[in-house]
Amino acid sequence: MTPGVRLGQVSFVWRPWMVCVTLLLAAATFLVFCLSIGIGDFPIGLSRVIATILGRGEQVDEFVIMDLRMPRALAGLLVGIALGVSGAITQSVARNPLASPDILGITGGASATAVFLVTVSGGAATAVVSTVGLSAAALVGGLGTGLLVYFLAWRRGVDGFRLILIGISVTAVMEAITTWLLTKADIRDVARAQVWLVGSLDNRSWDEVRVVFWCTLVLMVVVAAVAFQFKPLHLGDEVAAGLGVRFSGVRAVLLLCAVLLAAAAVSAAGPVPFVALVAPQVAMRLVRYPTPPLVASGLVGALLLIGADLTARSALPVTLPVGVVTAAIGGPFLVYLLVRANLR
Amino acid sequence: MGAEHLTKSGPAVEDVPRLAAKGIAVGYGGRTVIDGLDVTVPPGLITTIIGPNGCGKSTLLRTLTRLLKPTAGAVVLDGEDIVKLRTRDVARKLGLLPQAPVAPEGLTVADLVARGRHPHQSWLRQWSSDDVSVVERALAMTGVSDLADRPVDSLSGGQRQRVWISMTLAQGTDLLLLDEPTTYLDLAHAIDVLDLVDDLHESGRTVVMVLHDLNLATRYSDNLVVMRDGSILAQGHPRDVITADLLHEAFGLRAKVIDDPVGGRPLIVPIGRTHVQIN
Repeated sequence: MTPGVRLGQVSFVWRPWMVCVTLLLAAATFLVFCLSIGIGDFPIGLSRVIATILGRGEQVDEFVIMDLRMPRALAGLLVGIALGVSGAITQSVARNPLASPDILGITGGASATAVFLVTVSGGAATAVVSTVGLSAAALVGGLGTGLLVYFLAWRRGVDGFRLILIGISVTAVMEAITTWLLTKADIRDVARAQVWLVGSLDNRSWDEVRVVFWCTLVLMVVVAAVAFQFKPLHLGDEVAAGLGVRFSGVRAVLLLCAVLLAAAAVSAAGPVPFVALVAPQVAMRLVRYPTPPLVASGLVGALLLIGADLTARSALPVTLPVGVVTAAIGGPFLVYLLVRANLR
Repeated sequence: MGAEHLTKSGPAVEDVPRLAAKGIAVGYGGRTVIDGLDVTVPPGLITTIIGPNGCGKSTLLRTLTRLLKPTAGAVVLDGEDIVKLRTRDVARKLGLLPQAPVAPEGLTVADLVARGRHPHQSWLRQWSSDDVSVVERALAMTGVSDLADRPVDSLSGGQRQRVWISMTLAQGTDLLLLDEPTTYLDLAHAIDVLDLVDDLHESGRTVVMVLHDLNLATRYSDNLVVMRDGSILAQGHPRDVITADLLHEAFGLRAKVIDDPVGGRPLIVPIGRTHVQIN
């Protein structure tokens, strides 16, 4: 039988395996995070990195770590968590492993917005970029597209299959716009847009990290508050309603959080592909639970993103943007998922 | 013969209906399916809604469980308008099993049944010793304790349906509404599930269900609600309700009604166009 754990008035289901794996994932994420700070043109040992993070480092290390490398590492951590959790929510709500922010139009909308602002120079576009910055504009674009998909999919509640079909269609339109903008743009602008389109953690500043940090923190609190009502949704709308869940309200709040998380992530790192799709699926298999676990999905997302960035910077002969590596891992994994579903 | 249901319903049953629909009108996006329907669910009995496809049986059941909101009239649960109650409070009084529910791949029987406790839990109190004992009883009562650690999707259709009923039981309500609990089951498994439903009724629960098979409905219900075109054609004990005339009126079905040699209830023998020797 399902064992429980009780602390005063608080009680939870006790799943030792899930707890252990989640703790291990947290430890691994911290380790890779520190490694990613330590490795670079000026290598710093792991113990010195940890000492500096804890505020007991030397002054030289402090400058390199806190001022130069921390923003990039933190951006990777937060973007990974945001994408992982966002993917876990969308896959759960749609009850379909293919539902990820990549497919629900958020990434496509953010990309089209960013490319539009980069390539259509002059006048209003330049003014927008100079006042709010490219990241914030992309965030608004991604958010707008995500909401558009949500409302188009709305027909007396949101049906998962409809959500995915409309998401794919809207994404296709956004990609067409992006391609069209790229073909008629000036070659130098195209180069700048391409860098953004692949997804990269290069040259992150504390300002950009701060935006994604607060977005992620606030949204995670909201998600945690609603998470309890979330469990019965995996059984379908009618069963959830029978169990006393106002499913349309709960789902609207969760999907909005997922869209915002993904948009925040895309604004900070560009459209890093496949993390949101793969992280929840990997997390499910690691913790051996049938539905995407929120915390573990976030951690796997972070691990994947920082790990990919580390690989892209140091293990490969040429320095690549992080998105290339996540796509190289994510693509084959998606194929594996589909083949596995076919064999069933 | 009409007195049978009086003796069968037992002495402990109060005669105050806990669930009733009063003058309800229900529809989907402008199309009215039910218009001005009254029905009461007698306590302690098995009530089965039957009727031809598209007559509004599922719509009625879904309205009784608050899945659909009536555009006129009201569904009354324990004296209160069900629409005005909190979703959670409804879930503590009324258990619902929708048609052909699907569990996530890999979810175990114990985990699924445990989710039936949701209306009694909160963010901080997610799993108490109460929950443990109620879930254990629900598993035992439906005969699926041995399957507790198996994934739901690895079970046969009949076992799976038992598990879902077990989840509804874990909700701890004495009012159960089941939408076609025998869909996709072969006859042997259908009988198995309906015997289980009868056990639940014997232990004091009030059951409302929608069934397609008329003979199973007749055998297993104390109260039949026969619908056609969104209204109720007849209601009462199967012995009083099921006649050849009614079947023709409700379903357009030519049939002979004879005595069921096993159950002492009416048995419907349909007369088709072919393979009929006597008329």
